[in-house]
Amino acid sequence: MTTTSALYDSLVKIVGKDFVSDQKEERYFYARDGGLMPPHEPDFVVMPKTTEEVQEIVKLANREKVPIVPKGAGLALTGLVIPQLGGIVLDMNRMDRILEVNEKAGYVVVEGGTTHGALKSYLQKHHPNLRHSIPDSPPIATIVANAVIHGQGRLSQQHGFNSDMVSSLEVVLPTGELCRIGSCSVSSYWFSKGPPLPDLSGLFLGWFGTTGIITKLGLKLYPCKKMRDVMLFLTDKAELVPDIMLRLSHTEMVEDVVVSAQPLPLRFRGTFWIMAYITGDSDEELEFKRKMVWDALWEYFESRDVGLLSTSPEMKAPLMSMPSKDLTRFADVSKGGGFQYAGPITPIEKFPAFIRKLEEVATKYNVFYASTARLIDAGHCMMFSFSFSFNRANSDEMARAKKALDECSKFALEEGGVLWKADIYEQRLLMDKMDPNTLVLMKKIKQLLDPNGIMNPGNWEVK
Amino acid sequence: MQKYVSQIHRCFRCGYCKFPTDYSSFNCPSYRRFRFDSYSTGGRLWLIYAWSKGEIEWSEHLAEILYACTTCKNCTEQCPMKFAPDIVDWIVEARNDMVEKGKIPPRVARFFEAVYGYGNPFKQLRSARAAWANGTKRYASGDEYLLYVGCLGSYDENGQKMARSLVDILNASGISFGILGEEEDCCGNEIYMLGEAGLFQNLAEKNSQKFKELGVSKVVTLCPHGYNTMKNNYPASGGNFEVYHYTQILSDLIQKNKIKPSRAKAKVTYQDSCFLGRYNNIYDEPRQILQGIPGIELVEMERNRKDAFCCGGGSGNFVTDLLAGSVDSPARIRAREAYETGADTLAVACPSCLTMLTDAAKAEDLDDKLVVKDISQILKELLSAR
Repeated sequence: MTTTSALYDSLVKIVGKDFVSDQKEERYFYARDGGLMPPHEPDFVVMPKTTEEVQEIVKLANREKVPIVPKGAGLALTGLVIPQLGGIVLDMNRMDRILEVNEKAGYVVVEGGTTHGALKSYLQKHHPNLRHSIPDSPPIATIVANAVIHGQGRLSQQHGFNSDMVSSLEVVLPTGELCRIGSCSVSSYWFSKGPPLPDLSGLFLGWFGTTGIITKLGLKLYPCKKMRDVMLFLTDKAELVPDIMLRLSHTEMVEDVVVSAQPLPLRFRGTFWIMAYITGDSDEELEFKRKMVWDALWEYFESRDVGLLSTSPEMKAPLMSMPSKDLTRFADVSKGGGFQYAGPITPIEKFPAFIRKLEEVATKYNVFYASTARLIDAGHCMMFSFSFSFNRANSDEMARAKKALDECSKFALEEGGVLWKADIYEQRLLMDKMDPNTLVLMKKIKQLLDPNGIMNPGNWEVK
Repeated sequence: MQKYVSQIHRCFRCGYCKFPTDYSSFNCPSYRRFRFDSYSTGGRLWLIYAWSKGEIEWSEHLAEILYACTTCKNCTEQCPMKFAPDIVDWIVEARNDMVEKGKIPPRVARFFEAVYGYGNPFKQLRSARAAWANGTKRYASGDEYLLYVGCLGSYDENGQKMARSLVDILNASGISFGILGEEEDCCGNEIYMLGEAGLFQNLAEKNSQKFKELGVSKVVTLCPHGYNTMKNNYPASGGNFEVYHYTQILSDLIQKNKIKPSRAKAKVTYQDSCFLGRYNNIYDEPRQILQGIPGIELVEMERNRKDAFCCGGGSGNFVTDLLAGSVDSPARIRAREAYETGADTLAVACPSCLTMLTDAAKAEDLDDKLVVKDISQILKELLSAR
């Protein structure tokens, strides 16, 4: 085993002195994220600029059997980039180029550290007719990391998970080879991550960086209409929410459907805010879509179970912003700088049960809660967030929030949901419940790709 | 430890602080320079919190991270949280604690020693403070304005050119004003931002008392840094006078036709000073001066006004230079951006911006394509040409 000092020298040789740190301050910061998982320090933080540098670092790590954890912005909040066994954290932020936009085929190719914010800005400036599915995480979230955790965004109701919108990959394998996945493996075009070839993208998406490091990614782009609006509905009947969501999706006119609930301010308590986003290239198109949405819910308006909330421009502005700063502000509700959520992916019929559980758990552990549910892929499922804010200066409150999260995750799993961006403990819950042969397959894949077990160890580890 | 300790854990490290409004690039100077999260505002706040709780020990690296912040207030502008207005105060208070404990980077310590011993950060003799002035009239009772020149205007070669230009313009306009000459002292803005609260208090009280004794009721500053501290910090230290940045005065003179520049032929872009813009909301006056000059085409850099990218000189970095030594140094990035606009002139309204960007243009081999000039210099040349 090479000494730590020799490893440091080797890393400096690859990326330059300015982009390697073994100092306490970087090790402290990169040991944790904004959530509730216990910290663990890396030995080095390294920031490559090129794919070749990533390859060299991976080869070095593989040779020396040093753990390596690729990191985007570290916003998953479930500790997925906390280096459980130390080693190298590979901060991808310097690989931030937008390499190509193919307007006619509707995709963009970006480097592994490109942020959603940068892509949004770039498209608005250079390709205003196109857009991508922006998640509600802060703009520093990277496109690759969001795809790797199967994130969702503002176009998920229409087009599925953000990872479904991936249209090709370039990956550095755990043994250092460079590999192209999808149409870009046989063509200069990055339009498909799989079809008509065997879809190998599944070897990397959802694996939390345990099977390779994505250095380039193709992402599908969609029409950016000239106008956009949100229709805001209210109901106090949780049991109606699944049907309302389905009716909205059935119109095929709505790009995004989000349902939120929170107990404070008091005027919000007991109500569910249903936001339906529509777009159009003309007033006529927008008005037609408004009417379709209106008609879809007419029965509920007549029974007075659902009401339309008239919104001022000031009220609409935060709802329309992408990403939504309001979601980030939830971290400061208890003036404490912390929130985390369990966000199971689940059939939408579970909404009433999940809301009841959220309120029960929040009362039990005396923690502040909120929930946002987002419709995915025309109603095939939703992401339901059990969100709890906490004060980072109050260890007791943090412990209660963690217990609340754990209880919600277990409940969601029992109810047939699948935990999203599961932390290492939740991954064990999932694997305990998983079909044994699926587990064997996962283990074989992992061993084949990463024989020395260097990639983000602790995550998706089949015992 | 001060009051910030009970608040600083509220940072969620969401990263909005790294961006301008449109997310097009990174707008935090130290994060853009170093790219480790530890150098972003979120990183800095988490590290300060860790230090306050004893989770990490003080180190020179920690101090450099803290002092690499130029206090440009981009984070304050972009942070979505309610505590956003307090962020820079928290950083300054943490620096206060480091100063109290004697644990600061050597370059910062030398800055304090120089101001303490010489009244300026350059260790220049007090007797040489008015060497630039070339007979400029000293302030006397009855003068409308005291022209406060500041340390960069007094000692820095570029700053001196600014000061001479401004004096010539003010003389041509017929405004009654005078300078303090050798009697002038450091304004203390950088001392305040670097966390030497005691020395700042001493300077603010001394300067305020001097102004009072001289009967000064209006101060016009050459430097936005001096403008900021006299406007926002001095009142608490007994300062009781009106304060203007020179661009406010010149903009007014142009609008009232009291000075009439001759025609120019230049494509000019303008660098917003953080201490004029984000600190004091002065965005229009410098532009009004430039737009008031016939023949000048003003073009904006992509990041401008509240989204302007700091030159990297704030919080004493024009001397301590903790962000230097790279093509990613903020001033060099900014010089490249200015050049990309197609402008032939990069106009500034700050001696710190002037010296940082002049050096940067040279380092980028742009000095024969992009002239960096203060607005006072541009205007002075056009008045002379009449």
